[in-house]
Amino acid sequence: MSHDSDFDGMGHDPNGIPGQPKTLKEWIFTLDHKVIGIWYLWGAIASFIVAGLAATAMRLELGSVGPTITEDPNLYNLWLTMHGAVMILGFQIPALLGFLANWAVPIMVGGKDMAFPRVNAMSVWLLWSGIILALCNLVIPDPWNGMWTGYPPYSVTDMAGNTALYSWIVIILGMSSVFGAFNLACTVVFMRAKGMGWYQMNMLTMSVFTANIIQLIFVPVLAASVLLLSLDKYLGFGFYNPEVGGDALLYQNLFWFYSHPAVYVILLPFMGLMFDVFATFSRNQIFQYKVAFWSFLAFIPAGADVWVHHAYVAGLPNWLRLLMTFTTLLISLPFGLLMMSMIGTLWKGSVKYTSPMVWAMCAFFMLLIGGLTGIPNALTAIDYGISDSYVIMSHFHYVMAVSGGMAIFASVFYYMPKMSGRMCNEFMGKLSGVGFFIGMNIVMGPLYFAGIEGMPRRYYDYQMFADNATIVGAQHWATIGIYVTFASALLMMITWIHAVFAGEKATQNPWQSESLEFAATAVIPGQGNFPVPLSIHPDWSPYGYGTNPVDSFTYKGK
Amino acid sequence: MKLKSWTNRIVGSLLALPLVPALGHAFTIERGDKDYGMTPHEHYDHVWDVVMEDILVIGVLFSLVCLYIIFTSFRKSKDEVGTQRPLSKQWAMGWLIIPIAVFLADDLYLFAKGMELHNHYRNNIPTEAQEIKVTASLWNWNYNYGSDVETDGELIVPVGKPVLLRMSSDDVLHSHYMRDYRVTEDVMPGRVTYQWFMPDTLSPLVKVTDEDGEVTEQRVGSRVTCREYCGEGHSNMYGVVRVLSQADYDAWWAGEAGLEAPVVEEAAPVVEEAVAAVEEAVAPAAKAAVKTVTGADATAPASE
Repeated sequence: MSHDSDFDGMGHDPNGIPGQPKTLKEWIFTLDHKVIGIWYLWGAIASFIVAGLAATAMRLELGSVGPTITEDPNLYNLWLTMHGAVMILGFQIPALLGFLANWAVPIMVGGKDMAFPRVNAMSVWLLWSGIILALCNLVIPDPWNGMWTGYPPYSVTDMAGNTALYSWIVIILGMSSVFGAFNLACTVVFMRAKGMGWYQMNMLTMSVFTANIIQLIFVPVLAASVLLLSLDKYLGFGFYNPEVGGDALLYQNLFWFYSHPAVYVILLPFMGLMFDVFATFSRNQIFQYKVAFWSFLAFIPAGADVWVHHAYVAGLPNWLRLLMTFTTLLISLPFGLLMMSMIGTLWKGSVKYTSPMVWAMCAFFMLLIGGLTGIPNALTAIDYGISDSYVIMSHFHYVMAVSGGMAIFASVFYYMPKMSGRMCNEFMGKLSGVGFFIGMNIVMGPLYFAGIEGMPRRYYDYQMFADNATIVGAQHWATIGIYVTFASALLMMITWIHAVFAGEKATQNPWQSESLEFAATAVIPGQGNFPVPLSIHPDWSPYGYGTNPVDSFTYKGK
Repeated sequence: MKLKSWTNRIVGSLLALPLVPALGHAFTIERGDKDYGMTPHEHYDHVWDVVMEDILVIGVLFSLVCLYIIFTSFRKSKDEVGTQRPLSKQWAMGWLIIPIAVFLADDLYLFAKGMELHNHYRNNIPTEAQEIKVTASLWNWNYNYGSDVETDGELIVPVGKPVLLRMSSDDVLHSHYMRDYRVTEDVMPGRVTYQWFMPDTLSPLVKVTDEDGEVTEQRVGSRVTCREYCGEGHSNMYGVVRVLSQADYDAWWAGEAGLEAPVVEEAAPVVEEAVAAVEEAVAPAAKAAVKTVTGADATAPASE
């Protein structure tokens, strides 16, 4: 069923509303949520390039025992800090809650824009300030090298570099997040098209909504905890200094109280996106829609009381460790239900493996491995053997970093026709997706076994393990894997550039989706999204393939 | 009225909140000599195997279902749509409750396994355990055995006696990890943390050439590494645990404590070359071989 005819029937030319801005001034001063979304995407891709290069440099350094490409451990630590901080704060969160949430959600709910377009513009420029400040870290004389976690007392010493820069970047990005979260939650609640009920929303909308509620609750805690770092270091306060009555553990509690929910801020939106991609390309409804809907919401309470599992070996009370072991294991309930719904969406489906689907499917299997390797880590007693080792590092790269990254790239392939009006080359898109998947598995698979052998995280060198064939072998394989990953990421970006400048022209609904952003907009939707405000039929669903009523949308006005 | 009853329920639940830490304490078992029939690290390996089997079974079963669905759902014609329709209420409840029951059962099983191991590690420290004070600093491990006996970067313990480490840091966070005993605990300023382990096997005997070219046999210990990021020297902050026979340990102790020193089997601390020599020693086969050596060693005249 195609809705192209709706436009013609209503007397509107599909290209009749203005598309993207033409001049640089219009680009910069735009209030259109889609253009702001694209600014977020550019920021995220810039961050991905910087952090990805840092990752490549680290892998090359670890390619052989002893110094390989640098003899300065502090330089390695700088790459490591940049990789972690920029990937999470500059790439994943902005790509998911900035780009995806901004670009897609207002259209998905049938609204004409975000609830507060000017606040939205402020959020994106705060993000860009944060990214530029983060890049300054590469050139200033005392770069921050205290890792993205910034644990005191190390982070309040001069060894860690510029603590104020770290605090300030986190606070700026936090402000950007809080404004964005408030804005998006309002958009979902108040900007929905007339007649659209909660159970008629896309999974992406629901997941982004949940993630933003989490942001609103927890980001202020992070901002406070890093602000106290600067107060400690420069003004001599002693929040984290045991000599004057503070406690170094306080920081870890505050930090992970935010940063564990932050994992769900990343996990949920990319799972939501995968739901949408799966449903679109299998032209099928979501398996157990309501269960998935409530599973997303269940992450708010379930994610709030597990933070101690990041500090199982940090000297916290034994009873607390056991309690949090149990709450952590309970995460498997909503997560397992979501995974079931996701693969169930393909059941009795009609699946076509286009490039977004290939990327999303690879992300699904990464997520599966990541979810399973999370189970041992949840047990506090198992953590006594693997805490802070490559096991943990490998686990979160599977569950959050790589599957999240792959889902984000799937979303770029998915929305490319709507953002640029042109299609990506399918062959190159699929090839880069499969290459990225294989490459990252060659990196992260062997490192899991190196972790079991005892290889700790954040090591510049592993001379002391030179006698361990497993560890040395794993490091070599991982370095080979990074070449594959690097080549695939490069191919992916070439595919995008090629699409934007020379891709095949897209049609209005190239994926034959029932979702509003494809079914009810022009080829490149302009400001205001829809020609006229929409009303939604009560039986319409974004996943109602073959069941949606013919008059799903009606337009007010003429 | 309805609102009132809801408020009552919420307030009632809040009053029950203090029960949470109380329940938590119920898990806590005091220091004692409960016999698990194995050392903590053997116990760890057992639980590790159980968990690995568990996730392997779940992973393989789930993947098979995924692959089945994937290979039976390819699009056959251009305009084909999926034929899945909402489940009936009974089926929907079944697909909700049965998976939850399965996940929950597995969670509880693993939790029980993990709790027993946790108690072994944290709450059942043998009362006769020897206490050693560990002080971490940038970038060194210092071990204090009492009576002013100290070593740097080298933890020396007698075989077969449980050891309790009480640890703190002089500067930043560190984390004391012993590969052979599967135990990690952070070390921090302002707090004392603990870990205990049972050194049940003698460190392997390895021929070591010292700076003067003299060849001696030494017990080369297993690795201690730092697992909490501590800056420039983080990847270089390591030490060894050397497990000696009781007689050798007594001899070493007497020498260190300024008592009349009997003949010591091993000389000097581990020198650079020793690191290279660990190679064979960590391989299990080599370990087994060394065990036989130690059998003979216990009756050797060296410590007489």
